[in-house]
Amino acid sequence: MNPGRPLRLAVVSAGLSTPSATRLLADRLADATRRQLADENREVEVQVVELRDLAVDIANHLVSGFPAPPLAEAIETVTAADGLIAVTPVFSASYSGLFKSFFDVIDNDALTGKPVLAGATGGTARHSLVLEHALRPLFAYLRTVVVPTAVYAASEDWGGSGDPLTDTLPTRIVRAAGELAELMRQRPGGSAVRPAEETVVPFEQQLAALRPE
Amino acid sequence: MQFGIFTVGDVTEDPTTGTTPSEHERIKAMVTIALKAEEVGLDVFATGEHHNPPFVPSSPTTMLGYVAARTERLILSTSTTLITTNDPVKIAEDFAMLQHLSGGRVDVMMGRGNTGPVYPWFGQDIRQGIPLAIENYALLHRLWREDVVDWAGKFRTPLQGFTSTPRPLDGVPPFVWHGSIRSPEIAEQAAYYGDGFFANNIFWPKDHYQRLIDLYRRRYAHYGHGTPEQAIVGLGGQVFIRPNSQDAVREFRPYFDNAPVYGHGPSLEDFTRDTPLTVGSPQEVIEKTLTFRDSFGDYQRQLFLMDHAGLPLKTVLDQLDQLGEVVRVLRAEFAEDRPATVPDAPTHASLVARRDAEAAGTDTDLQEVTP
Repeated sequence: MNPGRPLRLAVVSAGLSTPSATRLLADRLADATRRQLADENREVEVQVVELRDLAVDIANHLVSGFPAPPLAEAIETVTAADGLIAVTPVFSASYSGLFKSFFDVIDNDALTGKPVLAGATGGTARHSLVLEHALRPLFAYLRTVVVPTAVYAASEDWGGSGDPLTDTLPTRIVRAAGELAELMRQRPGGSAVRPAEETVVPFEQQLAALRPE
Repeated sequence: MQFGIFTVGDVTEDPTTGTTPSEHERIKAMVTIALKAEEVGLDVFATGEHHNPPFVPSSPTTMLGYVAARTERLILSTSTTLITTNDPVKIAEDFAMLQHLSGGRVDVMMGRGNTGPVYPWFGQDIRQGIPLAIENYALLHRLWREDVVDWAGKFRTPLQGFTSTPRPLDGVPPFVWHGSIRSPEIAEQAAYYGDGFFANNIFWPKDHYQRLIDLYRRRYAHYGHGTPEQAIVGLGGQVFIRPNSQDAVREFRPYFDNAPVYGHGPSLEDFTRDTPLTVGSPQEVIEKTLTFRDSFGDYQRQLFLMDHAGLPLKTVLDQLDQLGEVVRVLRAEFAEDRPATVPDAPTHASLVARRDAEAAGTDTDLQEVTP
C-alpha cells in the first residue's frame, strides 16, 4: 500500500433538516479523525454523502433494482473508502428508514472489512443505546469492523450542564475518532470484497461438484 | 438477424380504464399477438413460464403448439423455461414433441425463475438454483443426444435405460438459449455448451448486461466454439412507438407509471435515459436499438416486450404494426457492415445442415462440441 496516497474517509449523514444535528456530529467526527491522521502525516480526503439529497433515488432503487447515477456515485464513494463514518437520527427507537434503506441497496458483501464509526443523534439521551442495539448489529451483519466507541449526541450535549460526568461529547468524539484513525492506518482499503466477474468457476468444476459419490 | 417479441403473460389492469382482462381473454390475446407477429414479418414469438397469478402462461408448449398450428414461418420460443423446477425429462419430451408438430420451428430459452415460492411448490430449494440449472440441463442435453440414457444426479431420481420420446426432429435437438439477468455461472454454462446467451436487457442499465455478455463471449471462444464475435447473443428490449414522439410519451406514461415491475418508481424520462426502454417515434426506436450493437457487438436475436402493464390488445396489435415497419429498417441497418464471419442465429435447417456437413467430414466455421 502506497503510504503517500491520501486515505479516503466517507461520511454518511442521514440528517433531514438544514442545518442538522446529525450532519454536525458527522462533521465533528470526520474532522477529529482527519486531525488525528494528520498528526501522523497521513492526508485524508473526506467525502460526505447526504442521504437527504438521495432520498428519491434510494426509493427508486428499491423499486427498480438499479441506482440512478448520483446514487451509484454515492455507493461507490462509500464502498471504495478506507473508512466510514455513518450517522443517523433516531427515529422510532432505531435508525431512520432512509439510513437503513441506503445500506439496503448496497451489496451485502461490499463493505466487508471496512472500518466503521457509528453515530446517532436524538432529542434525549434515553435513546443512546440505539447505537448498540440497532447500528452495531447492522454493521456486524455487513461484516464491517465497527470501532468500540459509538458516539451519541443528545440535544443537551450541544450545550453543557457544567457537570464533568455528563459533559463528555468532545471526549467521546476524540476517542472514537482515534479508534477509527488507528483502524484506517492498519487496514487501508478496508479489505472490502470488490465484485469481480472474472472469478467465475470453470464449468467442469461446477458439473463435478454435482456428481454423486 | 432475427427479430421478435417476448411476453410475460401478465394479467394487469389497464390503468386508463380500470378494466382487467380475464385469464381466458389474456390467453386468447397472447395467441392473437403471436399470430400478428408473423403477419407483420417478425421471426420469433417467445412466451414466459409462470406458476402464480397474475400470470397465465403455465403451460408454454401447449400454447406454442396451438400457435404452431396457425402459423407458417414463426419460430416459437420461451422466455424462459424453468430449468430449475421443471423435470428435465419432461422438458426434453415436450419440446421434442413441439419440434415435430411445428416442423422444427422451435427453440427454447432456459432460465431459473425468480419467484421464491415456486421452488418449494415444485419440491425444490431456491438456494440450489444454480446447481439445479446446471444438473438439469446437463441431463436434458444428453436426453436429446443419446438414445438410451443411464443417469444419476443429486436432484432427480436416477434413470436406467431411459429413452426420451419422441426423439428430436431429424435427430437434431432444438437450439438452446440461456437467459440470465445477473449470474456469471449461467453465462459460463452457455459458453461451455456453445449455446446462445440472452440478456433480458430491460430493467437495468446496459453496463450490467455488458459484463455478462463480455464474459459469455470470452468463454465461448475459450471452449473452442469460435471467436468471441461468433458467440450467439440475444437481447431484450422494450418500446412504445407512435409516429409523433410526444404522443407516444403521453399515451404510454400511465402504463409506465403503474407497471407492476417498475411503476411508482423512477420517472419515464429517467428510465428511458438509464435503461434500454424507448418511448417515441419510429426513428427514435431505430436509433436506440442500433446502439445495442455498439454496446454488445453484432448479435443474432432481438426480442421486444410489447404487451405488458395492462396495454389493451388493440393497442398492442397497433404497436406490432409499427414494430413491423421499424424492424424492416433495422434489418437493413444491422446488415450493413456486419462481418461475414458473424453467424446468424441457428435454426432447425441450419443445425441439420451443420450436422450433415460434419457427418460428411466437411469443415464448418462453427464446431459443435460434445461435452
